[in-house]
Amino acid sequence: MATLELQSLQKTFGATTVLHGIDLALADGEMLVIVGASGCGKSTLLRLVAGLESPSAGRILLDGADITDRDPSRRDIAMVFQNYALYPHMSVFDNMGYGLKLKGLDRATIKSKIEIAAETLGLTPLLARKPRELSGGQRQRVAMGRAIVREPKLFLFDEPLSNLDAKLRVQVRADIRKLQKRLNITSLYVTHDQVEAMTLADRLIVMHQGRAAQIATPIEVFDRPATMYVASFIGEPAMNFCPATITRNGRAAKLDAGPELTFTDGPRTAPDGTAITLGIRAQHATIASGPNSIPLAVEFAEPLGSETLLHGTLPDTTPFILRVTSPAPIDHIIPIEIPPHHIHVFDPTTGTRMDPA
Amino acid sequence: MNRKPDYLAHAVLLLGVVIFIFPLWVAFAGATQSAAAINRGDISLIPRLAGLKIFITAFGFGNAAKGGVPVWHMLLVSLGMALVIAIGKIVISALSAFAIAFFRFPFRMTAFWLIFITLMLPVEVRIIPTYAVMSDFHLINSFTGLTMPLIASATATLLFRQVFLAIPDELVEAAKLDGAGPMRFFFDILLPVSAPNLAALFVILFVYGWNQYLWPLLVATNGKLDPIVLGIVQMITTDQIPQWNLVMAATILAIIPPVLVVVAMQRWFIGGLTEVDK
Repeated sequence: MATLELQSLQKTFGATTVLHGIDLALADGEMLVIVGASGCGKSTLLRLVAGLESPSAGRILLDGADITDRDPSRRDIAMVFQNYALYPHMSVFDNMGYGLKLKGLDRATIKSKIEIAAETLGLTPLLARKPRELSGGQRQRVAMGRAIVREPKLFLFDEPLSNLDAKLRVQVRADIRKLQKRLNITSLYVTHDQVEAMTLADRLIVMHQGRAAQIATPIEVFDRPATMYVASFIGEPAMNFCPATITRNGRAAKLDAGPELTFTDGPRTAPDGTAITLGIRAQHATIASGPNSIPLAVEFAEPLGSETLLHGTLPDTTPFILRVTSPAPIDHIIPIEIPPHHIHVFDPTTGTRMDPA
Repeated sequence: MNRKPDYLAHAVLLLGVVIFIFPLWVAFAGATQSAAAINRGDISLIPRLAGLKIFITAFGFGNAAKGGVPVWHMLLVSLGMALVIAIGKIVISALSAFAIAFFRFPFRMTAFWLIFITLMLPVEVRIIPTYAVMSDFHLINSFTGLTMPLIASATATLLFRQVFLAIPDELVEAAKLDGAGPMRFFFDILLPVSAPNLAALFVILFVYGWNQYLWPLLVATNGKLDPIVLGIVQMITTDQIPQWNLVMAATILAIIPPVLVVVAMQRWFIGGLTEVDK
């Protein structure tokens, strides 16, 4: 297996810049998930690594070797496509063996390699079938098989689960993770699904408008989002944002909606009166009627079974979502409290996180 | 669904079949009767079983006015001509469509439009310059001269281009990552995936080649290269009273090869029309 390094990789199509310089380093055997909304440049990034597009600037290093201008066939990279891109006229066996055949391996070697891969993926009884005779999940596995049978240095996944139904997706997701761990293949995985990203990734790269908004482990991205975009993109439901101002020499924030919250992690350097945005996740606010409570005017509730989402507004008309686990009495007005150790502080103009000095 | 048989639809279909089959049947039944009976004008619609051997005789029937080249020879010329034209057209147009659809090179669109405008210049329009060129190359009365000018085909190129453009990009990219070069991709992936279209095009082009009349008339002057279509016409226009039974038998023989090609290829291209996933 191998390491991958991207050095200020840029891509422009005509006048539009799709990628504004991405720097990234993947350790051997690491699974890095590229996540972002559509149009953020995540697929382009993957295609640059695969060699299906050439970068406008920057370098790609695979195992230390510069492969920026190398032909895709000579990069030793395998890719699983969103629509699987199986060769429709070939059997599963031939689909998996085509790359090996082109490498010039002899028949017996190809056969044994395919049999091992097929065994791993449970494809053995399907080897003689054509792709059109397979279900979506089976096709997906064949696409995986075609990739692993070549024993590449790097695996690329381009939204491989988006054509599967929800239930199958969860199962295949776990299968992919197990397989990747067991074979210890360095992998880049593109998805727009944040759950998929969180569950699969060793590390995440959250893309926003052609830039890497944050590169970190899933837990770090969730616990310490670097920007308001990341904070709202990762986590379900999206994080609540409340306008506030700095007070008490940077030691506290005064919510526009009422109470003052003392920072538990230390004072901010910004002068008093600076406008900030406080982020708080729906599950972190609690129902409580203490001195610091804020009345939440509930507009409607979304029962999800194990929990209920209450949509409402704070007194300053900020929209707010509260997650409660018990079937809460849904009154029109509920007093809520925001625990100070769960708040995230952002600069509302740049959207970046403000950490204590 | 309406399970009741739709009598009107079937009636219309039957009518269509009758209109289509009737002339063929007249030729078939007529061929088995004596030339004299046909010349008198009383063709029976019931074939005379004793006359069936005419179809064997017709193979050896020659056109005296043009050196007595027999029908079997004309059939062979037609077969050779139709095959060379169909295969030649497919090879050339598949390759040129491959270049236009998958490669970025300078003047790509110029090339495309140059091919496209030749659609407006069918063989009949450019027949004099084409004849002059063939004559300069001393290709008159040669098989090359007979087939070559008919091979270059804009229609097939355009059709192939459309087929190739419908191939998903991912398939091309998967092949690239598997290490397939352009020609590898062409033969291993592109042609097999386009096979139903290939079959349909082969049928159309085979029939097109088989039915060529004007160009062979000009370029095959000594009779040795007369295709069957030309031969049949010349059987009728001689000064003597035509031997209608033999002419009709030759006509029936002449339609058998294209029919066989259609029947053989039909399963292929209908499969191509109904197969949904690529």
